[in-house]
Amino acid sequence: MHNKSFENKKINCARKMREIMTDYYLKAMSADRNNEKIAWITSGGPVEPLVAMDIIPVYPENHGAMIGAAKMGAQLCIKAADMGYSTDLCSYARADIACSVTKTGPIGGLPAPDMLICCNNICGTVLKWYEIQARFYNVPLFILDTPVCHTGYSEQAAAYVRAQIDEYIDFLEKHTGRKMDYDKMEYVGRLSFEGQKLWQKVLDTTMHKPSPMSAFDAFFFLALIVTLRGTRIVIDFYDELIDEMNDRIKKNISVVPCEKYRLLWDNLPVWHQLKWLSEKFSGHDACLVADTYTSAWCSAMKYIDKNNFLDSMAHGYAQIYLNLGVDTMAEHVVDMIEKYDADALVMHSNRSCKPYSFGQMDIMKIVRKKTGVPVLMLEADMVDPAHFSRSQIETRIDAFMEMINLRSA
Amino acid sequence: MTKKIYAGIDIGSITAKAALISENTILGTHTILTGYDHCAAGTKVFNLLVSELGISSAEMQAIVSTGYGRSSVSFADNAISEIICHGAGAFFQNQDIRGIIDVGGQDSKAILLDSNGVVENFAMNDKCAAGTGRFLEVMARALELEPDQLGDFDARADKPAEISSICTVFAESEVISKIANQETRENIIAGIHDSAASRIAILTGRIGLAEPVMITGGVARNKGMIRALERCLGYSLVIGDYPQENGAIGAAVMASRL
Repeated sequence: MHNKSFENKKINCARKMREIMTDYYLKAMSADRNNEKIAWITSGGPVEPLVAMDIIPVYPENHGAMIGAAKMGAQLCIKAADMGYSTDLCSYARADIACSVTKTGPIGGLPAPDMLICCNNICGTVLKWYEIQARFYNVPLFILDTPVCHTGYSEQAAAYVRAQIDEYIDFLEKHTGRKMDYDKMEYVGRLSFEGQKLWQKVLDTTMHKPSPMSAFDAFFFLALIVTLRGTRIVIDFYDELIDEMNDRIKKNISVVPCEKYRLLWDNLPVWHQLKWLSEKFSGHDACLVADTYTSAWCSAMKYIDKNNFLDSMAHGYAQIYLNLGVDTMAEHVVDMIEKYDADALVMHSNRSCKPYSFGQMDIMKIVRKKTGVPVLMLEADMVDPAHFSRSQIETRIDAFMEMINLRSA
Repeated sequence: MTKKIYAGIDIGSITAKAALISENTILGTHTILTGYDHCAAGTKVFNLLVSELGISSAEMQAIVSTGYGRSSVSFADNAISEIICHGAGAFFQNQDIRGIIDVGGQDSKAILLDSNGVVENFAMNDKCAAGTGRFLEVMARALELEPDQLGDFDARADKPAEISSICTVFAESEVISKIANQETRENIIAGIHDSAASRIAILTGRIGLAEPVMITGGVARNKGMIRALERCLGYSLVIGDYPQENGAIGAAVMASRL
């Protein structure tokens, strides 16, 4: 029965979020005129030292997501293929490399970097991607190497990563001609920690039944914790968003009008199909209440000491979700299924993202064994529509939801 | 008293099928080529079957459509995915069945049923067409044969050729090079079947398909494919009386539950 109080009401904060992101990109675009430095940085990279040194961080991966959502991935991927890049490579990398040449895309390309910061805690592709861009823009590149924590984080690995944090700061000082202000660094660290804590709180509002927001909203609101982590803006905005979510909970406003099933999503979104997928699941009264992707930006918080950020962030950044062994990742998924009381798991086997998609079959088996929840595997790509077939995906989702429906009857 | 009759219409990528059931009986089925107009194919195959069996509209209780063109059948009471319908169709015909391998025109799937015939898990091929009915059609064409002849040629093979390509288009060029190397059609066909079977076996392994397993889809009529699958899987497959119409029968079963 359709209850009026369950009406899908738009999230008001979305508008403010768009304004913040516009301001952020405008500031980055005018950095050159304002004599400010720009560093391109990988999405899982330690951004706090950049913020502490007033360097504007710019994220090619966030740009990639924008390209995908604007459905501009196809043309840039074709351009990348023309340039000789294999279609099996990451579509973020392909779109970014192509966009640097064409200066097209939703914002006409990113502002040119003064330096590149590459942390391989998210994948190995970033190493080659950033090397290519370092040559293209003729700018210095810093690589922060975080060994994969297959079964744990050894003392040797910890010392190795920690030593690189000092090298990272030396690199920034050398290329900006400025000295790091360590008091400011600790202050930025505390803001970063606080921002991550609030982001987790935003995501946790979906524990409520019915859920006031979905993973599709989280994919959108994620941009702040990624791009502006370590600033006050994030804290103020997420505070407001949490208030709005709590208000929706109080008024019983759910994002899916008649939430019947709660699903957990694994891997990056299919950026070019967000609306269609959201409506598809909603049509089955299913809400994607949580995902392993957006929660990755607060999953390593337990390793961070907010009063000793610089030392502890090495631990945190080395142990983010994508840098863990498959068993630990599976445990994390199982915990999320329990926490958000999910009825099923939907895994996006993402042609682009190898570290995320590799091991999904094992995780699927472990999750099924430990929780008994059904698991659906969808083959697609985050940006390149050439790896997406709507009718095939539709059949799989329909069959899966019908199966859940019949089994719960 | 008028009989309660339920109809199922399966609009596949190659053929459109209709089935009518009443209580525990399959009254009849009909199959035509789908063509490009899914809606017209649904109407046509349904009307042909109804007039063939002389059913009156008063007896028709409900209609469910399935298959890739399921949403095009405007006169159906509901549209249900083929996974659920294949499960229902196989269980309707044989209640011992726990596993189904369906090799359709556009995709192949493995479906696991629980003891009540409810779908417990399923896996479908990825976007590649290798291991599907279309794959076999393309290969038959390259060898100037009708798909129906593949089984007999397979039976005469003495040394199946190795077809390693996983892509339909590349496999076709591989077949052409085998022809150039004067391998026999029999051995090439057996190799094609082995190659398709190995693709399908991946799906069964992914969900831990339980025996007895029924094979459905038009490919079930191809003895060579059955040979290759049974060898690859290491167990015998159950072939029902209506492999190609199983989805439509299942849709009719689902219609009876509406």
